[in-house]
Amino acid sequence: MLVAAGGLKFGPLHAVGYSRRVPQPTRRTGDAGGVTRSARRWGVGLLVLAPLVLSGCSLSTFGADPSPTTTGRETFHLWQGFTIGAIVVGAITLSLIIYAAIHFRAKRQHEDSVPRQTQYHLPMEITYTVIPIIIVFVLFAFTIVVENAVTALPSVSKDNTIGVQAFQWGWRFTYPGFTIVGETTQDPILEMPEDENVRIVLTSLDVVHGFYIRQFNFSRYALPGVINPFTFNAQRTGTFFGQCTQLCGLYHSLMWFRVKVVTPADYTAWLSMQQARAATLSASAAGQAVQEQTSAGVPIRPDYGGGTN
Amino acid sequence: MTDFAVGIAGVETIDHDVAHVHVHEHEHEHEHDEPAGIYKWLTSTDHKVIGLSYTITSLVMFVIGGFLAELIRIQLTSPNATFVSFAEYNQLFTMHGSLMIYLFVGPFAFGGLANIIVPLQIGAPDMAFPRLNALSYWLYLSGSITMLLGFVVAGGAADFGWVGYAPLSNAIYSPGAGADLWIAALLLTGFSAIFTGVNLCATIFYLRAPGMTMFRMPIFTWNMLATGILILLAFPVLTAGLIMLYCDRHFGTHIFTVQGGGVPVLWQHIFWFWGHPEVYILALPFFGVVTEVIAAFSKKPVFGYKGMVFATITIAALSLGVWAHHMFTTGVVLLPFFSIMSLLIAVPTGIKFFNWIGTMWGGHVRFTAAMLFAIGFLVTFLIGGLTGIYLASPPLDFFTHDTYFVVAHFHSVVLALVMGGMAGLYYWGPKITGYLLDERLGKIQFWLFFIGANVMVMPQYELGLLGMPRRVASYIHDPEWATLNQWATVGAVMMGVSTIFFLVNIVYSWKRYPAGDNPWDAQTLEWFTTSPPPHHNYYALPPIRSERPTWDYHHPDARSLVHGTSHDAAHPEAAT
Amino acid sequence: MKVEAKLLLALGLFFFLMGVAYWFWSHENAGSLMLVASGGLGFLPGSYYLWWSNRMRERASDRDDATIAEGAGVVETFPGSSIWPFTLGMGAFCIALALVFGTWFGIPAAGLVIWALLGAVNESRRGGAEQPSHHA
Repeated sequence: MLVAAGGLKFGPLHAVGYSRRVPQPTRRTGDAGGVTRSARRWGVGLLVLAPLVLSGCSLSTFGADPSPTTTGRETFHLWQGFTIGAIVVGAITLSLIIYAAIHFRAKRQHEDSVPRQTQYHLPMEITYTVIPIIIVFVLFAFTIVVENAVTALPSVSKDNTIGVQAFQWGWRFTYPGFTIVGETTQDPILEMPEDENVRIVLTSLDVVHGFYIRQFNFSRYALPGVINPFTFNAQRTGTFFGQCTQLCGLYHSLMWFRVKVVTPADYTAWLSMQQARAATLSASAAGQAVQEQTSAGVPIRPDYGGGTN
Repeated sequence: MTDFAVGIAGVETIDHDVAHVHVHEHEHEHEHDEPAGIYKWLTSTDHKVIGLSYTITSLVMFVIGGFLAELIRIQLTSPNATFVSFAEYNQLFTMHGSLMIYLFVGPFAFGGLANIIVPLQIGAPDMAFPRLNALSYWLYLSGSITMLLGFVVAGGAADFGWVGYAPLSNAIYSPGAGADLWIAALLLTGFSAIFTGVNLCATIFYLRAPGMTMFRMPIFTWNMLATGILILLAFPVLTAGLIMLYCDRHFGTHIFTVQGGGVPVLWQHIFWFWGHPEVYILALPFFGVVTEVIAAFSKKPVFGYKGMVFATITIAALSLGVWAHHMFTTGVVLLPFFSIMSLLIAVPTGIKFFNWIGTMWGGHVRFTAAMLFAIGFLVTFLIGGLTGIYLASPPLDFFTHDTYFVVAHFHSVVLALVMGGMAGLYYWGPKITGYLLDERLGKIQFWLFFIGANVMVMPQYELGLLGMPRRVASYIHDPEWATLNQWATVGAVMMGVSTIFFLVNIVYSWKRYPAGDNPWDAQTLEWFTTSPPPHHNYYALPPIRSERPTWDYHHPDARSLVHGTSHDAAHPEAAT
Repeated sequence: MKVEAKLLLALGLFFFLMGVAYWFWSHENAGSLMLVASGGLGFLPGSYYLWWSNRMRERASDRDDATIAEGAGVVETFPGSSIWPFTLGMGAFCIALALVFGTWFGIPAAGLVIWALLGAVNESRRGGAEQPSHHA
């Protein structure tokens, strides 16, 4: 704990977490409304294809984050595509609902009459059965493409494999082949190199937790007894906020961690620095105590305020 | 017209009430002397009395669950509130979810509305198994009390979320009696639901009036049949899972714990194999309610009746194959299978939407409180449905899973269902009690609820995208989320006020506006009998020649039409 | 009766096929078993109804042209008001409480359940059990 805080160059805690809604400068040039309005004329089918056509161009983020990771970016584009589809379908359906209700409202002269009792209109019914089926399969096709990219497990270099163990209520990050003393469970930081495939090997030591990094647009359960591997490739350095998303008991809301993406050189340097530190510490009794505490995964965090019990 | 003449002549001779006479032969002198007061409510096997008990009890659960929700929303108005402790907060949202899902929406639909309306709609004298029906209610009431007892035992109520994920719900991590009460309550209400499911299916299969063929049943009854079948498929799985969980907690088994060779994720499979059909067990009844309400207040037949029936059955069938879309982020389920099955549910749901629009199209739409609630349902459910499509896509689910996006999605859906339920109460309330509810108070209630619901969920979608996880008692790392959370709280308070208007309306309208048999000029069979219906429901039945015999009786010249053809397909005998 | 039978059989077949497909695609035990078993829950009543519907006279409620008069007579036998569901429900309540607060709750539970079952059976015997159940 104290060792870690002294030895590492952490960014300020809130530096990145707050700036999440601010899109990157290159993405700010477009007008989402314009895109949506002009595209609406092309009909539903084309609009679902729009994200692919427009993925290079500027387009509203629709509230999501253009992620720093490659897979997060693909998820983000899928989000844009789904949102355009949803806006078009939603706008059409909503207008129809409101139009039908308002236009066909009962008027005074209707009191003693009944409207035409049309019950079936087969061509119409077939139309609104077939169109949703087409939309669904288009959405599914895009989903499959992105899903395969997001869940792919490309080979990674040995140093880039990081073990993540979730427990009540904290995280421990291990780097196979290295002894990391600096990583404590009190303020855990996951270091990873930029622009390289990083394999996360996730598991839980007790109950189900959710490993979620906001800006990576990704989460995965940490399940007891299950090893869950997945891959990140972060395209820029920075510190990103992560949190447990699956209810795991009393201090669920305080189960945070940070992800620090550094250049590959810095990452290598950090790993070797940790090795050196471990060697020094294991020589002293105090250092051994720190090591033991670190590896035991002590349940923590009752002192963060809030309504502790 | 001959059929009709027989119907009238049959007032005395066509005796659906004969059964009544036979049953009571052994106590002839009491035949028209039913017990009164408390004893009547304890002993009645009349589906209308049981249904009313169900409705009232479930509305009490709705009010309690809503109160818990308000406490949750108060806690979340500031990033680090100490209004309740973390432990209390976990109990609050667990009990809020449990009350609303297990004890309000479902029982209100299949125990309350369906219990009363389904036998009326098919011309049956009662449910098929009246004593089983009564037992259902008593199990449900005991289950509700058992659930609420959690608040008074040491250690408090269950606090592991309404989904009770193992191993958090096992004896090590949740040792208290509250967890056991939760399990016991769900066992009781689970059996209650199963018995009601049996009753619904048997009633619909065996007690339809002559001429009431399957494809002449009102859409609400069709939806309740699908619900009944889903109950029979899904609830036994939950019950089995709960028994396993109880064994894990008390008898030393290791079904859901890794240490003894168990598989924690098995609980999620079992739970969601019940849990997703349960979503449609909650939703289908209100789809039915809204269909009836829209048709009645548009003065038109249900547009695409057969398409509606097949859409209902398709939703029910698909709903069993989508459970693991709640488990996409476990990393141990087959993503494409569950993704396509979940996306496909959008198709029958879309058909329903356009059928609802088609029903209004060209009609005479009357904006009563019930109709407003039905349109509010359409709009809110549209939002919930569209955001549901995102969650059927695994990458987008990875993105939003267990954040407030999901919370907002299912609150859009469930609040739409509540509006459907309110539409049902305003629509069928007069049939059940004989008195109308006040329309003006109803409309105030609607606007407060509709605006409140959307004011609550919209900031929650945004919070989800910003990364706010579910079930957090504080967000001290992100204090700038306070504004959005406060807006959500404003919405929740509006809904609370709306509910007060509802309760006031019940008191205010008590025996104020006599309804008459058919105040809405509605179409289905239940509007033919008196309001409230007599014991065993019908003195006489009209001829049943379509799914809306009452309409045919009152408007013999206005029959259903097929677009583009002149002959009357829904009434084959009329064309010949 | 045929529509009901076909509905259940179709659902059962769908669940069964989905279960088989799911098994060969995922090799996941729990879900496959639950799906195939759900198929069984469709087949069981569905095949019975199909078998029975081929042997029975079509009911008035299955015929488009049936008149109300055909339903005249005894529809079904229905029990009058009865205290036994309540008694049985309270017995079940005690069983549930026994799960939580200790087995001693099982004593009133057993008493109530047995009392209710005896009462209900006795009531059925005196009541409508001998009455004709269907008379089209």
